[in-house]
Parts: sequence; C-alpha cells; structure tokens
Amino acid sequence: MFENLTILFNEVYKVLFLLIPLLTAVAMIVWLDRRVWAFVQKRRGPNVVGPFGLFQSLADALKYIFKEIIIPASANKIIFILAPIVTMTLALISWAVIPFSEEYVLANINVGILYLFAVSSLGVYGIIMGGWASNSKYPFLGAIRSAAQMVSYEVSIGVIIINVLLCVGSLNLTDIVMAQENLWFILPLLPMFVIFFISALAETNRPPFDLPEAEAELVAGYQTEYSGMMYAMFWLGEYANILLMCAMGSILFLGGWLPPIDIYPFTLIPPPLWLIFKILLLFILFSLVKAVVPRYRYDQLMKLGWKIFLPLSLLWVVITASYLYYFNLLPVN
Amino acid sequence: MKFSRILKTIFLVDFITGLFLAIKESFKAKKTLNYPFEKGKISPRFRGEHALRRYPNGEERCIACKLCEAVCPAQAITIESTEREDGSRKTTRYDIDMLKCIYCGLCEESCPVDAIVQGPNFEFSTETREELYYNKEKLLDNGDRWESVLAANIKADNPYR
Repeated sequence: MFENLTILFNEVYKVLFLLIPLLTAVAMIVWLDRRVWAFVQKRRGPNVVGPFGLFQSLADALKYIFKEIIIPASANKIIFILAPIVTMTLALISWAVIPFSEEYVLANINVGILYLFAVSSLGVYGIIMGGWASNSKYPFLGAIRSAAQMVSYEVSIGVIIINVLLCVGSLNLTDIVMAQENLWFILPLLPMFVIFFISALAETNRPPFDLPEAEAELVAGYQTEYSGMMYAMFWLGEYANILLMCAMGSILFLGGWLPPIDIYPFTLIPPPLWLIFKILLLFILFSLVKAVVPRYRYDQLMKLGWKIFLPLSLLWVVITASYLYYFNLLPVN
Repeated sequence: MKFSRILKTIFLVDFITGLFLAIKESFKAKKTLNYPFEKGKISPRFRGEHALRRYPNGEERCIACKLCEAVCPAQAITIESTEREDGSRKTTRYDIDMLKCIYCGLCEESCPVDAIVQGPNFEFSTETREELYYNKEKLLDNGDRWESVLAANIKADNPYR
C-alpha cells in the first residue's frame, strides 16, 4: 500500500517538476514575444511590472482570473467549457516525452516522436470544439479555417519527420538526439528544417499564418466568445504548443541537449540549458517572423501547404532514402 | 516569372533580408516615450482640464457674463450669479460636467477676462462619474494649482489670439 503511494507521489513530484517550470516559461515567453515584437517596431513593450516588465504575464493572469466568465446563452455549455481544457491539457501532456538530457526525461518511451505527433494532431479538437460549441458565426468559421490549416500542415510535418527518422532508425527522442552527436541534422537536412519551421508556424496558428484569428475578418476566430480564465487557457495552450514546436525543432534538427562542439568550454554548460537555449533561439525567430511578415491569404496558405511543401518534403524523403541506401548508411538495429 | 525571381523565392531571399532588417532596427533608438515616467511636450494651446483663474490679489476673475455657458456646444456649463454687496456681479455656482465636455476650447475663447481656461493637465481620470462633475471650488482649486503654467501659456499664445 505505502509502496504504491510512494511511487505515485514520486511520479507526481516528477510531473510537477516539469509542469511548474513549463507554465512559468510559458508566461515568460509571452512577455518575450511581446517584447521582441515591440523592439522590431521600435516600441518599448511591457516594461512597467517588475524588472523589465518580466511580471507582466503574471499581472495579465491575475486580470484574467478575476474577470467574469461569460457563457453565451445558445452555446453548448459542456463542450464550451471543455474546449480550453482540452487545448491546454494536450499542449502540456506532449511535454512528457521531451528529453532535457540523457537522464532528465519524464517518459522515455520508444515511440516518443509518434506520441508527440499524435498529441499535437489532437490539438485541433480543442479548437474545433471551441468554435463549434460557441454556436456563433465567427468562432465557427475560425475553427473551420484552423482545422483545415492544421491538418494540411501536419501532413508535411509528418513527412519531414520521416526524413529525420530515416537517418536515425529509431522513434525514441533520446536516440534521435544521440544520433546527432557528430552532425546536427540541420546541416544535411537544411531545406527540411526550413519547411519544418514554416509548417510549425502554420501548425501553431502563428503569424503569418494566423488566419483563424484574423482580426479584420473573424474578430478573434474560435476565441471570440471566450472570456476570463477560459480565454487565458486557450492562450496558455497556444504558447505551450509554440514552445513544444520549438522543442521539437531543436530535438529533430538542432541536436537537442548536445552542445555545438563537444569540447571543453561548451561541455561546462549542463545539457538541459543547451536545449532551453535552442528553444529560446527558435522562439525568438518565431516572434521575429511575427513582426516581419504580413498575413497570408487563405488560398495562398493552402497552395503553399499542399502544392509546395508536401511534394518537396516527399521528394526529399526519396532523396534521403536513396542517398542512405546507395552509400549503405541506413541505420540498422 | 523571371529566373532570378524564382531563385529568390526558393532561397527566401526577401524574407531573410527582412529578418535582418528587423534585427537591425530593433537595436535602434525607440520612437515611443516611456509614458508614465516620461512625457511629451504639450503646446501652450493644449485644451486639457478646465480651471478658473484669479487676479493676483486673490479676487476671482469670473464676472458671470455667461458667455461660456451660452457658447458651450455640449451645454456642459451651468452658471448662477448674484450681485455682491460691493455691486459687482459674481458667480454663486459654476459647474462643468466634464463628461459632457467635448474639449473644444470655445469657453476659453469666449471669456473676456481669461477666467475659464483649459490647462495642460490631461491626467484627471477618476473611478466614479460623480467625481467628474466639477463645481466652482474644484475649478478654482485647479486654477490655483496650475496658475504659473496657465499664465505662461496665455502669454506664449498671446501673439496669435
């Protein structure tokens, strides 16, 4: 009895050890996003609450908690409340398999990347549920757009992942990182990294692909009817997803927790910090893109996804596979 | 499409140029003010919060001619007056409903004795509506508080009146 409880508590502690820093990181990352955006536009951004405005997200969170939650009369109440919970939960549970170093990983399952991909695909459900349950026009249109967009870009992300898996020969995320000990995959698979990055932007509904939330057309897309803490949960889920995409990018292409060169000054920094550093770097790129690029038109978005990225990544799978086969480099377990 | 254009599209040349431009620009000086700690310059003609001025001897300037009340397009001003013992006409009531006021500055322009003026203060938000129904005491108090700035502003704007 007590043994079971000890094991349970151990697991709960481990989860909390991951979740609390993650939620803090999400709050900080929202601040960073706003700050980078402001800097590119030569504004100051949030800089009043705390040093450099670091606690701005905390103040925002407090504001959201004390706001009234309004549920539209014609909404499907249960699904309406469930939608933000689903979004946030799905965004958080994917972090279970992210390896921060060889030993710091919550669940070192042997199909890690498949799990990641499956959970991030489920993310569409939160948005569709929210849009549908609101029983209102803008959320509905926003949810449909968002679903179509996420499904389209998931396909090319899947094919890109196949590229990496061909080089690794394992679905385990730790193995994927260890396979990059000599050469990060960004070098041989650079075009795939670029396509992955752009698809990740579309997958997380970030600008320039934020059509589901295009203010000018759809008010706020699937979030239109949400208020208070429920809106904040959508927000948290969205940013947790963005961080997850950055983490995926750094694990698949930037060598995860590995230092750039395995020599003295670089090995001093602990591995988790290297991963966090890479995630931050990718995230800053995410925010810069938000500041630089104007929004895509919907047909352009679909054309880019289906007519350019999908064939290109498929072609690259053929090239990678042929290359590995011809030079007899296929990883065999 | 021209060949060079296709190459540019494939290698994301425009996008990367834009990215580097953004990074370069983000380190330049900010164009915005750090507002609550740092404020922009205000013209002497700025039409902010109202104030009733006094003469240097402490006598209030307003002669209750009611020109401002008449000219006010939003009908935000209410004035009542009586004759004082020394025979001069003075206000007993001078109310401005700051919620009605459209800050057009016509009251200031119509005033023959520069009594009602609009000062440089624009940070007078309140938590209740009632606090924005200004009465004579409040307006005179404003005048006393801002007198030095108000006088300087009227002097600076004098050549253009």
